[in-house]
Amino acid sequence: MKIKTMSRYRKMVWIRFWIALGFAVLFVVFALFSNHLAPYDPLETHYDHMLEAPSGMFFFGTDQLGRDIFSRILYGGRTSLLIAFLVTAIVAVIGILIGTTAGFLGGVFDAVLMRICDVLLAFPGSIFTIAMVSFIGTGIPNLILAMSITSWTGFARISRSLVLSIKNNVFIEQARMGGASNWKILTVYIIPNVMPSLLVNIFQNIGSKLLTISGLSLLGLGSPPPTPEWGFMLSEGKNFMYQSPWMLGFPGLVILINVVVFNLLSDSIQELMNPKQNNW
Amino acid sequence: MLKLIRNRLLSLIVILFGLSVLTYGMTYLLPSNPIDVMIDSMGLPHDEETIENLNKEYGFDAPFWVQYGKWLNGVFHGNFGRSVKYQEPVKDVLARKLPNTVKLACTSFLLMIVISFPLGIASAVYRNKLADYIIRFLSFIGGAMPTFWFGMILIFFFGVRLKILPVSGFSSWKSIIMPTLTLGVSYSAFYIRRIRAVMVEQLSEEYISGLKSRGVSRRRIIFSHVLPNSLLAIITMLGMSFGGLLGGTMIVETVFGWNGIGSAAMAAISARDYYLIQGYVLWMGFIYVMVNLFVDISYQFIDPRIRRGMQQR
Repeated sequence: MKIKTMSRYRKMVWIRFWIALGFAVLFVVFALFSNHLAPYDPLETHYDHMLEAPSGMFFFGTDQLGRDIFSRILYGGRTSLLIAFLVTAIVAVIGILIGTTAGFLGGVFDAVLMRICDVLLAFPGSIFTIAMVSFIGTGIPNLILAMSITSWTGFARISRSLVLSIKNNVFIEQARMGGASNWKILTVYIIPNVMPSLLVNIFQNIGSKLLTISGLSLLGLGSPPPTPEWGFMLSEGKNFMYQSPWMLGFPGLVILINVVVFNLLSDSIQELMNPKQNNW
Repeated sequence: MLKLIRNRLLSLIVILFGLSVLTYGMTYLLPSNPIDVMIDSMGLPHDEETIENLNKEYGFDAPFWVQYGKWLNGVFHGNFGRSVKYQEPVKDVLARKLPNTVKLACTSFLLMIVISFPLGIASAVYRNKLADYIIRFLSFIGGAMPTFWFGMILIFFFGVRLKILPVSGFSSWKSIIMPTLTLGVSYSAFYIRRIRAVMVEQLSEEYISGLKSRGVSRRRIIFSHVLPNSLLAIITMLGMSFGGLLGGTMIVETVFGWNGIGSAAMAAISARDYYLIQGYVLWMGFIYVMVNLFVDISYQFIDPRIRRGMQQR
């Protein structure tokens, strides 16, 4: 009886995982093929349809220049998701490489790296990112750079502790006895082993980066206009929230849904791998 | 215990050193020369003579560490440079606006604790029951919302539709309600999840079944056993989340027109007022580091294992 309920619970988690994954893929496809899916050019202005409420012609209404919000959201996914994905990829690769190497080698290398992490983690990350962007200047490459520099430490920490927990396993000893080099042990035996646990953090990071970007855009540090980007659309919408709340509502809702989907993905992976903890 | 505090203070010095080097080093990231920035901030002409004089006076041609030392010395004497935007020393701007930000951060922090402790505990205790699902759902949504979007929604309902709270500004005590709600609610979403995770982990420990089999009441198990055992992890996270809260004040202050250091820094960014940004980062970093130090030391006192160790010595 007990076992049966457990398996039903697990099935539910699997269903949740597939739904979240499906939506995540769907959003990426929307962004990729936005040029085919969008009914209008996102930059095209319709001066006879300014600040128009959602209708059959403009699904999500129009903004102050008469641009179609639906199309802008579709195109905006390119910028927002691209930045979030790129930053996550960069910090994951750098953080995992540094963290696993530090955990694996130990010694001075480990100590120095971990102190650097301590110092960086001792900062309020968001403030550091904001300050960096304000110093190196806005623009998408700079935004990605600043966000990456301030957030690789989390991955380094986690992957280091994961490595420490499997480092003394027998199969590592055996690989070493079989004559595998340090590099080979690291890349063939250790990293693939810690990767699944790190997937949890990777997807969560995508969600949190989407939120960071929207915050930076509000402060005028995001992608430069007129490129459609969700966070920037929100900050434009705030000036017109009284006349046309849809300008604020839809981009916010889209960010919300995207973050929920990526967090859900992260949580269901966590539960599938580690059902006892139920960390959700 | 004393040794522990000494170690913490030592690492504090390292961290503060790192903080100051990074803050100072940021000027080297500027696309333009620090001299040009300085000339702009003083409103001087860009000619050979001025540059040479400034070089002589401020030593811009000196090596990094010499310049850094000079700057740090200035910081210790309260000299953060002059703000271009406000046309007064950065120190004065900070002194005027920092208290407002600290006030907002503290009220939000309190609200966060008031919301997240009961909900997090309830969610763990009623795990996989209806209450848990509702709390989890709400915190999931709350954690996925852009902070300022939530603030905007609050403005829309309480400020514009119901007209019971001021939309922005600084006029009455009511002004602090919406910024506090925005920050407190959106950060407690994350925190509820953490508290729940820690408590759930404790609840699955074996000593819980032991207590249950001895007939200890549920209330007692939770409040005298599970909660004290989870407190260490929870308090550590509390310190960490304060950093996010400080960063969040910038956005919330901007949205609500709160006259704090965050909105001043925001204005400084668009005015390219680098000394003010530097002062802002330095102070925010300092507050964050200090709060975490306080948290660290305070749970040394909360944890009876360490406290007893102290009495024996």
